[in-house]
Amino acid sequence: MNQKSNFLKGFIRENPVFVLVLGMCPTLGVSSSAINGLGMGLATTFVLLMSNLIISLIKNFIPDKVRIPAFIVVIATFVTIVDLVMAAYAPGLHAQLGIFIPLIVVNCIVLGRAEAFASRNNALSSVIDGFGMGLGFAFALTLLGSVREMLGSGSIFGMKFIPANADGILIFILAPGAFITLGFLIAIINQLSKPAKS
Amino acid sequence: MAKRESSLKNMISTLLVITLVASAALAGVYNLTKEPIAAATKKKTENAIKEVIPPFDRLERFAVMPSDGPDSLILYKGYEGDSIVGTAVQTYTYKGFSGYISIMVGFNADGSINDIAVLEHKETPGLGTKMAEPKFKDQFKNLNIAQLTNQKVKVTKDQGTIEAITAATISSRAFCDAVQRAWENQKKGGEK
Repeated sequence: MNQKSNFLKGFIRENPVFVLVLGMCPTLGVSSSAINGLGMGLATTFVLLMSNLIISLIKNFIPDKVRIPAFIVVIATFVTIVDLVMAAYAPGLHAQLGIFIPLIVVNCIVLGRAEAFASRNNALSSVIDGFGMGLGFAFALTLLGSVREMLGSGSIFGMKFIPANADGILIFILAPGAFITLGFLIAIINQLSKPAKS
Repeated sequence: MAKRESSLKNMISTLLVITLVASAALAGVYNLTKEPIAAATKKKTENAIKEVIPPFDRLERFAVMPSDGPDSLILYKGYEGDSIVGTAVQTYTYKGFSGYISIMVGFNADGSINDIAVLEHKETPGLGTKMAEPKFKDQFKNLNIAQLTNQKVKVTKDQGTIEAITAATISSRAFCDAVQRAWENQKKGGEK
């Protein structure tokens, strides 16, 4: 597999949200607006990138039976570092995203890529895989967040396009709206990617 | 290089090394970021005080223990010369949809509310987070709790005067609870 398709697979063909259907908890939880989705996606990208790099470098030192706890320690370390650094040097952004950062530890995409990719491939491929998957996740969350925000709040990236006093369709902000939107988006993506398969 | 076999010795030593390195890295980052974080928090508090009370030239800080909560409230009395221009109260509630909410409530010298700033919360994005928006928050402006029924600030669902945020009644109730606590304690001097 060349590095370009390795990078691009995260967007559509193996998109973590639409195709692998991994990491549903943060996906449904934080995608109530486009900006939240984007922020969570980018924070996850960084963690995915770093954890894939480290895990691919140390994979040969880790005995198979304890690989999962070892991976989780590495991931949790990076998540905590991101959390602390953001709190120190970007307090505004941290105030917006602070509540989502600890959620990255339990995001199964990060552990999933560590287990399925980084523990079997070299450092360069793993970094590219992590970057592609992270951006694919960010793309999916932003798309989901945009749709929900447009329908639910009548705004996009915080800019309202309906009258100030009007309310959106409330259910799209709530959890059921996340499931409905996700279902439709998966259906659309599957339909669009069909010809490519045959 | 071949994979190391899963013998007990290998497993223990590997995990030990990984956790040691991880904790060393975290300790390092924590020490590096401790001061910037403290400075950022302090700045945030100062900005919140300036936002909620009229201009002042001197601040006095008190801690007050409320009768109905586990933590103390922080009172910031703003003076201009010798007269009090307003009191900012850092208050809290544990009744939020996701627990803890911390807000800064600014009172004018006559006890009416000047403005409110939200400091910290974990409410649902898109719902409870709207408590920081003017549509909800500005209902408290110029409100004097002393003139309300039973001197309690409440949402309309509880026969009060505050219009709750749509689909976030619990967050709205919690907000009122925090404001109420601030009002009940704002007159106290407290220990310095």
